[in-house]
Amino acid sequence: MTHAAISTRAVAVREDRVVGTRPAVRYLVGAIAIFISALMLAPIVLSFFASIKSSADASAVPPTYLPYSFSFENYQKIIDYQAGLWTYVGNSLAVAALAIVFVIVLAVPAGYGLARFHFRGKEVLFLLLLLPLMIPYQALLTPIYLMFAKIGLANSQIGLAIIHTILQVPFSVYLMRNGFESVPKELEEAAVIDGGSSFQCFTQVSLPLVLPGIVTIALFAFITSWNEFLAALIVMNKETAFTVPIMLVSVRTGHLGAVDWGTLQAGIIVSIIPCIAIYVLLQKYYVSGLLSGAVK
Amino acid sequence: MNLKNRNLLGLIYMMPALLFVAAFVLYPFGQLIHTSFTDTSLLGGGKWVGLANYTKIFFGDPTFWKALWFTVKYTLIITPILMILGYLLALLTAQNNRILQFARGVIFMPVVIGLGTSSLLWFWLFDQQVGLFDKALVDLHIASKMIVWFTNVDWALAGVIISVTWKVVGFGMILFVAAIQSISREVSEASMIDGASYWQRVRLIYLPLTARTVLLVTLISAIGSMLAFEQLYIMTGGGPRGLTFTSVYWIYQNAFIKFQLGYGAALSVVLTAIIMLAAAIQIALTARRATQ
Repeated sequence: MTHAAISTRAVAVREDRVVGTRPAVRYLVGAIAIFISALMLAPIVLSFFASIKSSADASAVPPTYLPYSFSFENYQKIIDYQAGLWTYVGNSLAVAALAIVFVIVLAVPAGYGLARFHFRGKEVLFLLLLLPLMIPYQALLTPIYLMFAKIGLANSQIGLAIIHTILQVPFSVYLMRNGFESVPKELEEAAVIDGGSSFQCFTQVSLPLVLPGIVTIALFAFITSWNEFLAALIVMNKETAFTVPIMLVSVRTGHLGAVDWGTLQAGIIVSIIPCIAIYVLLQKYYVSGLLSGAVK
Repeated sequence: MNLKNRNLLGLIYMMPALLFVAAFVLYPFGQLIHTSFTDTSLLGGGKWVGLANYTKIFFGDPTFWKALWFTVKYTLIITPILMILGYLLALLTAQNNRILQFARGVIFMPVVIGLGTSSLLWFWLFDQQVGLFDKALVDLHIASKMIVWFTNVDWALAGVIISVTWKVVGFGMILFVAAIQSISREVSEASMIDGASYWQRVRLIYLPLTARTVLLVTLISAIGSMLAFEQLYIMTGGGPRGLTFTSVYWIYQNAFIKFQLGYGAALSVVLTAIIMLAAAIQIALTARRATQ
């Protein structure tokens, strides 16, 4: 089950013959698929349209599907929101960057150790690294919160990044283990004969070959961290420490119960853009990661 | 270097990850269990109270049981919807041509968006004054007037399910497509020569041969639903009348709104026990698939 199987043309031709659909059926299937795609896109497109309406039009009753005015008013408002949009985006990016670094530093060597060495208790230790799958982080937030309060990690980007790393460890270790296992051992053995140390084998022979896997775990760490809500809500309770999702809830709460819909839509679009951009640009890594490591 | 030392190196490579899990998963888990036997609050406390928190869960907190039941109900309704729709979408888009690959990409797209963001997006679409989903229902004559979704528990549940289905249905679809495409062509061709109709092939070949993936996705989905939080926190706020609290939401409410951390910990222990069971099955399935 690799991404290659989904995207290559050779497979496409073969599949068509297997299923042997008549042209009429094929057109119908295509039409339904396009219709469903339009339905799936509609919420995001409508939100985008609302975000570029004038502030008054975005809250108008009854609402309109299309924008009849064009304005950056809502974006200006979200940029100026409280501590400023860039503060919140900066917080989110900093936490995500830290989470990516943590995940790579932890999962890459662990995957290598699991793939290349044989020692007693290895599989038990592997299961230990999968533990976050069994103990939901939602349940661990109470003790982690108390621990962070004690050691000064409340409202800290490092603290939140640690929680986001917990979420990614099982998937990332699993993926890196598989990645290193698929690198032929002979390559490293050749390097040893040439006088390389074990660490050199790791950094210079195997590491470059698992680079796609590293991109994948970094990608998932980013998406998870950028989107994560509950831990951010609990750990980042100081207004200037908010990440983007928490900022959005704060925008929604608004003043005196009246929601500023236009500003909210602008915020939603800002929070969606990095996810979709990364997905479109790095779809190959995303889907292959999903398929090879559906432990998540 | 002798073999024993060499293998010790493996442990060294694993050490950072092991220490991390020990410090931020195992240790907090121990603390969680300890805290669950105390009356810890944000103001301090921490006195040992024995099983008091657990007795309270089982005998003095009907809201928790209502929340757990609501979570189970939510899971039991949304999981089959996600599986069936996901599988139908996979069947629809399982072939590889440009249109179907594009459709797969689009249907999967909401999966990469945050659940918090998508919940806010749908909170807006469902608004009884400015909500365009409501307006579309009226314009299509499906509804006679703008629906008020979140003041009635059944409508609230329906609204949350619609929004989450939009958000995650592509996840199952992608995994199902991969499973369907990995069925060998000999099997499909042989059944066609035998004159099997399309739906016969789906029922007798595709479904049985992708059963493991279906089971895996069902478990991942069910675990996710049992841990539902942001969709309710954002769309219903637990209302109306506290009827749409989920287990995680009730833990959040106790630990971080009422600051009864000891009680929140006891609730978390109960939740963990439920999730562990499901997750153990999930890991066993994944591990088995990996060795094949």
